[in-house]
Amino acid sequence: MATLQTALPPARAGGPHGTGARRRSRRAKITAAVFALPALVLLGALVGYPIVYSVIRSLFDAKGHRFVGLDNYQTLFSDHATLIALRNTMVWVLVVPALLTGIGLVLAVLTDRVRWKTAFKLVIFMPMAVSFLAAGITFRLVYDQDPDRGVLNAVAVSVHDAFHDSASYPGARARQGAGATLQGDGHGGFATSAATSPGSTVSLGMVGILPAKLPKDSVQAAPAAARPGSVSGTVFLDFRPGGGGRPGQVDPGERGLPGVHVRLEKDGHTVAKATSGPDGTFRFAKVPDGSYQVALPKSNFATAYSGISWLGPGLVTPAIMAAYLWVWTGFALVLIGAGLAALPREVLEAARMDGATEWQTFRRITVPLLAPVLSVVFVTLVINVMKVFDLVYIIAPGPVQQNANVLALQMWLVSFGGGNNQGLGSAIGVVLLLLVVPAMVLNIRRFRRSGS
Amino acid sequence: MRVRHTLPAAIAVAGLALTATACGGGSSDSGSSAAKGGQSLKGHTVTVAGVWTGEEQASFKKVLQGFTDATGAKTDFVSTGDNVSTVIGSKIAGGDAPDVVMVPQVGVVQQFAGNGWLQPLSSAVDAEVTQNYAPVWKNYGTVKGQLYALYFKASDKSTVWYSPTAFANAGVTPPTTYAQMMTDAKTISDSGLAAFSIGGQDGWPLTDWFENIYLSQAGPDNYDKLAKHQIKWTDPTVVKALTTLGDFFKQDDLIAGGRKGALATDFPTSVEQVFGDSPKAGMTYEGDFVSGNVQALHKKVGTDAKFFPFPAVDGGQAPVVGGGDAAVVLNKGKDKAAGMALVKYLASPQAAAIWAKAGGFISPNKAVPLTDYTDPTLRETAKSIVDAGNGVRFDMSDQAPAAFGGTAGTGEWKILQDFLRDPSNPAKTAQTLESAAAKAYQG
Repeated sequence: MATLQTALPPARAGGPHGTGARRRSRRAKITAAVFALPALVLLGALVGYPIVYSVIRSLFDAKGHRFVGLDNYQTLFSDHATLIALRNTMVWVLVVPALLTGIGLVLAVLTDRVRWKTAFKLVIFMPMAVSFLAAGITFRLVYDQDPDRGVLNAVAVSVHDAFHDSASYPGARARQGAGATLQGDGHGGFATSAATSPGSTVSLGMVGILPAKLPKDSVQAAPAAARPGSVSGTVFLDFRPGGGGRPGQVDPGERGLPGVHVRLEKDGHTVAKATSGPDGTFRFAKVPDGSYQVALPKSNFATAYSGISWLGPGLVTPAIMAAYLWVWTGFALVLIGAGLAALPREVLEAARMDGATEWQTFRRITVPLLAPVLSVVFVTLVINVMKVFDLVYIIAPGPVQQNANVLALQMWLVSFGGGNNQGLGSAIGVVLLLLVVPAMVLNIRRFRRSGS
Repeated sequence: MRVRHTLPAAIAVAGLALTATACGGGSSDSGSSAAKGGQSLKGHTVTVAGVWTGEEQASFKKVLQGFTDATGAKTDFVSTGDNVSTVIGSKIAGGDAPDVVMVPQVGVVQQFAGNGWLQPLSSAVDAEVTQNYAPVWKNYGTVKGQLYALYFKASDKSTVWYSPTAFANAGVTPPTTYAQMMTDAKTISDSGLAAFSIGGQDGWPLTDWFENIYLSQAGPDNYDKLAKHQIKWTDPTVVKALTTLGDFFKQDDLIAGGRKGALATDFPTSVEQVFGDSPKAGMTYEGDFVSGNVQALHKKVGTDAKFFPFPAVDGGQAPVVGGGDAAVVLNKGKDKAAGMALVKYLASPQAAAIWAKAGGFISPNKAVPLTDYTDPTLRETAKSIVDAGNGVRFDMSDQAPAAFGGTAGTGEWKILQDFLRDPSNPAKTAQTLESAAAKAYQG
């Protein structure tokens, strides 16, 4: 459309001056029309016709045979999935262009007076050369939940483990059902279900540990010997490779769990602590008479920290936005950088001479002078963000696709990706067009202003 | 289907521009089947389109070569990529329809027939099918009383794959009932390995779980009705099957990575978690195509990975959920007679034997001798498909409209993923499924 607007004025430029001039001007108009024709035909075929057809198609049903009026639009604004997509598109438009323009501006100003700024810009600009598809696949891996594959979770897990001791037996749990002596304490640990008193023994059978993962010093479990005045017991792996052990009892082939923290508790208060030996035995000596419980706190069995769920329902949209930033920062940086290079240096110099601080120069001089460039970047990004599709489609896994959905993706899903309802799809397309129009109008008005 | 969701088929469409327009001149539209052996179809060219690539395509081309040897007709195979219906639709619109299409889903056969794209199969093919196939296969190829599709390749989706090492360590043997399977699962989980690995990030393994339980628990009649949406998803049988499935999902210890981990596991990873180098689970349930993933891990099917048939639930028949690729003849094709002859050839045991020997194939054709299968694992699956006879049912989600049963992030896939996340309320899940189904079946 912009081409049309700028192509026409020269034809008008002749102006009416008598009949000869009028004829000449008419001829000029015809010439102009002839020159504009190919562009007009192309625009009509590639832009005009599809838009008009989409509008018409959006008034028909899924198969395209039955006229349904505005039903598709009604469905669109009542369908839960489409409304989420609309909301997400709004969030994208509100957050991403502003953030990108800001980052681009800061980076451009900061690197403006650095000698190797070209190299820096080159590096930041490089992701622009990567296709969205490739970037999407890369980021899908970066965000992978498994710390062995996803680099972000690898970092998160390393940092976490550096500050927290990991449990010796992650995921282990007390034997349930027949032979059970322990029950959950409600906080992830276990405690004996029956009370115990000095002079007795307890056997604490645990399951859910691979024999191969036991510590090297672990040996055949031994039943604890009862001694007067002490509470003793065995913590052991109550599972014999190949099966066949008696639940709850120490059998040949069942190994002790060394290094388990054991607590003796009375009325919910810890009165003594012990650690199990290589054969799984432990002993609390000199216990006063009374009834006690033996507890194995959670710290022994806490499952390993598995990192942050980047692609979970909550974080998936910010995660995709970050990938988008990675790709587009170069665009903002280079454009704003170019604008910055064209700024009249003397104004900045004068401001500095007058004693303005760098922040004041930035706020009062650089930003206002850069405003046209900033608005170009911003508006371009708004238009681009509205049609974001590939990154969302690729990065969001199936279960959270709806949480991350945006209008452009929803349009495709509804029309081709399973929905097969091109009527509703066209309606979404039309809504998307209407949303882009204000940004386009802004752009065109600016083109015309800079043209005149 | 090995890969159920891939990127749009734009590339595939572009690639198809190369296909044959090389059909020989005189279009003899006699309609009668022309295969009489020898060189009766010399000078004809049959264009065949199908989803197969790689090894499968190479094997199918051997079958086509068999047809050429028998009739003298040339064949031309075109790969459509995953999105068969879109590609074929655009080819028909463009006046370049192939003669025969190998359709991977029963829903697509119905869609093609509904669009009026299909030529009814000849009486000769009909006779072959009636004689050599269990009636259920004929039914799945029939739309509104007319036989349109011949099931050439079958798949078995009722196989639970397990690691023999994990079973030996836990001291369990393949179970024959669902209840026993759950008891064994607890034992395996006690042995330190999760019992099941579930590819919950892809929605379709969850629909397959549900379908096996439902087919066995509610019986084939209810299964058919539900597949056609003649009974609602809020039906008590559905709620019961969801409850059974939910009772399993609730036990976080039985699932590799727990429910949350399962939702972040895609199908290939779910196989790797059982048969990879650092196993996290003892079993995984999915169809016979798991063997392909096992081989990709450089493990041997039959020794490192074995399977047992999905066991019977609550005293019902053991389920056999199957699927298959069906041959259809397009009525816009350039050489329908030769196409029909090819379909008749595909219905014969000889054609199936060629692929059976090459491996990676089972045939629903009763007349194919089991000795034709070189791979013992495939022989077992072929036997279970043929033995199940009329008890075989197709994947229900494949029969449903794609918006409900075949789209990532929505419909049944998404709802069952939500159910895996929180299996506490089967009745509510049934309601959600019903409202999604009602919308999809009506459109």
